[in-house]
Amino acid sequence: MNMEKDVVIIGGGVVGSCIARELSRYELDVLLLEKEEDVCSGTSKANSAIAHAGFDAVPGTLKAKFNVEGNRMMAALSKELDFEFKMNGSVVLCFDENDRPALQALYDRGIANGVEGLEIVSGDKIRELEPNVSDEVVAALVAPTGGIVCPFGMTIAMAENAADNGVEFRFNTQVQKIEKIDGGYKLVTNQGEITTKYVVNAAGVYSDELHNMVSEKKLHITPRKGDYLLMDREVGNYVSHTIFQLPGKYGKGILVTPTVHGNLLAGPTAVDVEDKECTATTAQELADVSMKANKSVKNVPFRQTITSFSGLRAHEDGDDFIIGECEDAEGFFDAAGIESPGLTSAPAIGVFLAKKVAEKAGASEKKDFNGKRVGIPRVAQLSFEERAELIKKNPAYGTIICRCEGISEGEILDAIHRTLGAKSMDGVKRRTRAGMGRCQAGFCTPRTVEILARELGIPVTEVCKNRPGSELIVGD
Amino acid sequence: METRELTCINCPLGCALTVTIDGDNITVTGNTCPRGAAYGKKEVTDPTRIVTSSVVVEGGTIARASVKTAMDIPKGKIFDIMDEIHKIKVKAPVHIGDVIIPNVAGTGVDIIASKDVEAVK
Amino acid sequence: MNTIDVVVIGGGPAGLAAALSAKRNGAENILILERDNILGGILNQCIHNGFGLHTFKEELTGPEYAGRFIKEVLDEKIPYKLNTMVIDINKNKEVTFINKEDGLMTIKAKAIILAMGCRERPRGALNIPGYRPAGIYTAGTAQRLMNIEGHMVGKKVVILGSGDIGLIMARRMTLEGAKVEVVAELMPYSGGLKRNIVQCLNDYDIPLKLSHTVIDIKGKEHVEGITIAEVDANRKPIPGTEEFYEADTLLLSCGLLPENELTKGIGVAMNRVTSGPDVDDKLQTGLEGVFACGNVLHVHDLVDYVSEEAALAGQNAARYVCGQENKSGKKVTMIADGGVRYTVPQSLDIVNMNDKVVVRFRVADVFKDRSICVYYDDKKISSVKKKVLAPGEMEQVILKKESFAEYPDIRSIRICTEE
Repeated sequence: MNMEKDVVIIGGGVVGSCIARELSRYELDVLLLEKEEDVCSGTSKANSAIAHAGFDAVPGTLKAKFNVEGNRMMAALSKELDFEFKMNGSVVLCFDENDRPALQALYDRGIANGVEGLEIVSGDKIRELEPNVSDEVVAALVAPTGGIVCPFGMTIAMAENAADNGVEFRFNTQVQKIEKIDGGYKLVTNQGEITTKYVVNAAGVYSDELHNMVSEKKLHITPRKGDYLLMDREVGNYVSHTIFQLPGKYGKGILVTPTVHGNLLAGPTAVDVEDKECTATTAQELADVSMKANKSVKNVPFRQTITSFSGLRAHEDGDDFIIGECEDAEGFFDAAGIESPGLTSAPAIGVFLAKKVAEKAGASEKKDFNGKRVGIPRVAQLSFEERAELIKKNPAYGTIICRCEGISEGEILDAIHRTLGAKSMDGVKRRTRAGMGRCQAGFCTPRTVEILARELGIPVTEVCKNRPGSELIVGD
Repeated sequence: METRELTCINCPLGCALTVTIDGDNITVTGNTCPRGAAYGKKEVTDPTRIVTSSVVVEGGTIARASVKTAMDIPKGKIFDIMDEIHKIKVKAPVHIGDVIIPNVAGTGVDIIASKDVEAVK
Repeated sequence: MNTIDVVVIGGGPAGLAAALSAKRNGAENILILERDNILGGILNQCIHNGFGLHTFKEELTGPEYAGRFIKEVLDEKIPYKLNTMVIDINKNKEVTFINKEDGLMTIKAKAIILAMGCRERPRGALNIPGYRPAGIYTAGTAQRLMNIEGHMVGKKVVILGSGDIGLIMARRMTLEGAKVEVVAELMPYSGGLKRNIVQCLNDYDIPLKLSHTVIDIKGKEHVEGITIAEVDANRKPIPGTEEFYEADTLLLSCGLLPENELTKGIGVAMNRVTSGPDVDDKLQTGLEGVFACGNVLHVHDLVDYVSEEAALAGQNAARYVCGQENKSGKKVTMIADGGVRYTVPQSLDIVNMNDKVVVRFRVADVFKDRSICVYYDDKKISSVKKKVLAPGEMEQVILKKESFAEYPDIRSIRICTEE
């Protein structure tokens, strides 16, 4: 039977996008289906944005393997694909002498996983490094290879580069049914049917449902919700490392970290929910974040909170990633149960799975693959001279739309018109940061709505915050 | 006899006024000063308001021009006036004070522009 | 590098009045830098009436009030640049801005007047839990969308916060055909003017629920409903008092924050209460020649006072660039105490002050039958009885230069309320 596609990837989060990008190295006809209007719209958009060093996962697990591999890829990838990444180092705090063995165990795990540069230091030493760390801290594990990354930038860069290398993306397309057919699979979606030789399941919290459509070896994913508080850039240097807590009497622990954009982030909570779309924060969880964060770091400046948000981790019952070809469904590849350290692991998962799929398909590498991607200029970060030069070339970079983050009209136009361009307010926001600042889009919303409507050639009443149904303007 | 409870708007004190209407005889209690009594009396006999809104401008540098009633209008006429404002489109240029709707809703009061909108050149 | 005598950052009511005053007090070379595409600032979207009773003795709408100042600025031929964003000010008073026409440009200012205004407190800063769907706006953003762009943002509305913008928007949306279900206010009193409560809420039978807050937002794509609850004395929601309103829009009118990122960049002392810079009686910040006025200094409720304050800043900037400044004075600290949250200015030069200095302040709570007292060190100088004092209404006392003649060694001026 003639298949429409060689490979269909389900899910345009960071994992699906990494797989797409790696698959685009091969002579394969690849399609990525995303149920939302844009890539990076689920778990990938709401997480801790950490490139974990790799000391946390149990040695021998897929989590451990891909975490360490992904971490090692991150710096080079961030340059090749032009997304923001910084190796700021991670710290795990130990609050009680009795917990020292647990800290040592974490260190040993890290060594076993191949994490470089680990060191256990005294409480005083860590307070020298991080003056705002709590006086109660008696010791800490320092992992210099821990980093922070822009999850939007990374996912979008991967997806754009995949698209530039020939991967087709279809949005607002939800897979409802998968049927095994001769020589491949038939996917029934809300936008019609697609046949394909191979399927890659990167559907995040839905990856169990898709897997279970073709396999008798059932998976079960629990959406584990985490609430976060994000603080103003003014206090972004309150800590310089990513500060974790040793899992212990305070539960699983809350981290406090600078973000790659200079904000301060605290979270996440961990609450199992049933609804796979439940990204509502709760008062109790937000209070929990601030209470626990203040255990690690003295007087976290929550007064400077600019937003709170919530994300879901795809926690599989087996507590590890499920990666590879499904045993009882030939040609169906899983990247399921990808929770933390999923963001860090995604590039390595992409390489691994793409290779598996290509081998299965007997596909050869393309000669004209171009792995280099240049992002939208981050105008506010340029020197005055560079900025003057850029505005001279294109005056649109001289009109500021988002005051708080200093985002110009030129950047927003780039975001809309480039490969896989933004179609929604959130799409613009994740590509440019317009609206992510301290006023949280108060000033730039009217301008951005107008620009989106004009550039997309749609009435303002059709401009959405994100998916259809999230229109901002009800009428004139 | 009818009584109405009102909040005086003349100062931050916001006195709770009780206005008793007995035919032509109107008494105000709860006020602290004479302005409160006058306010209470006017509110039950002849309540008036300024109405402000905006109208669509065609060919202007901006899409809307703000407008207002040139003086107080009877409170009961507010929605009639809004109905007329909603139907209006004007052409740029518009200048502050231009009459947009004469004698709006039969009140004898004009709707006038409260903003300058120049024509696109 | 171009040198400008007085650079005014912001072309809203404060910037316009400051520029005019600077010009009329002798400054020649003035430049207004405005980030929006028209002069007038936030007044352009405040199309309701109620402006100018003090300044013009008549009641104007926002655009009309701004229009009068804009006309004067044009008549005085004061240069201005629109769509221009100042991105940096340094200690040498070099102002760097960008726009389409000039690209990126740095100019040297002899004096700078900060008049950048304020922004609204966003949802995130209020810690309202729930989803993050479309349909949540700060009141000012909705006001701009409606009054400038002509776009309607919703049909069934819940408003959190009874500040004046929230109240004005309740009426505005009602007149445009929306149903405003309720205005919830966290505090046991409204921060809005009585007049607005009566004419924006009572006139349209919109309930105002004091000591209430939003505790949940329903709707994944778009707002579908809002749950509010009563709060206790610690402003914590009381279980069992939840009320659900079907709504497609939540408007937030929960306070304004001076926009002082540029000010902080020059490293002058900031005031924790006002979120504006500390200033002396000339409205000069910690950096000589840099003045502040309007909502960037402290949030006002009446634009008339903004204009007055800005005129003072403009006058002093002009004096500064004309070299009239006598620096050797005696600076006395102002202390806000006993229910007074802050004062502007925060210090006073009793030697070089004007004959009269207006000190503006806000109180911390609603007080009835209290006096506003002024102390020079430990000596009570004046006491004025007030029937009511409320945080939403800015208060003032006037200090006269002559009153300090007997107190040449004074160390502090204390303003407080007393029962």
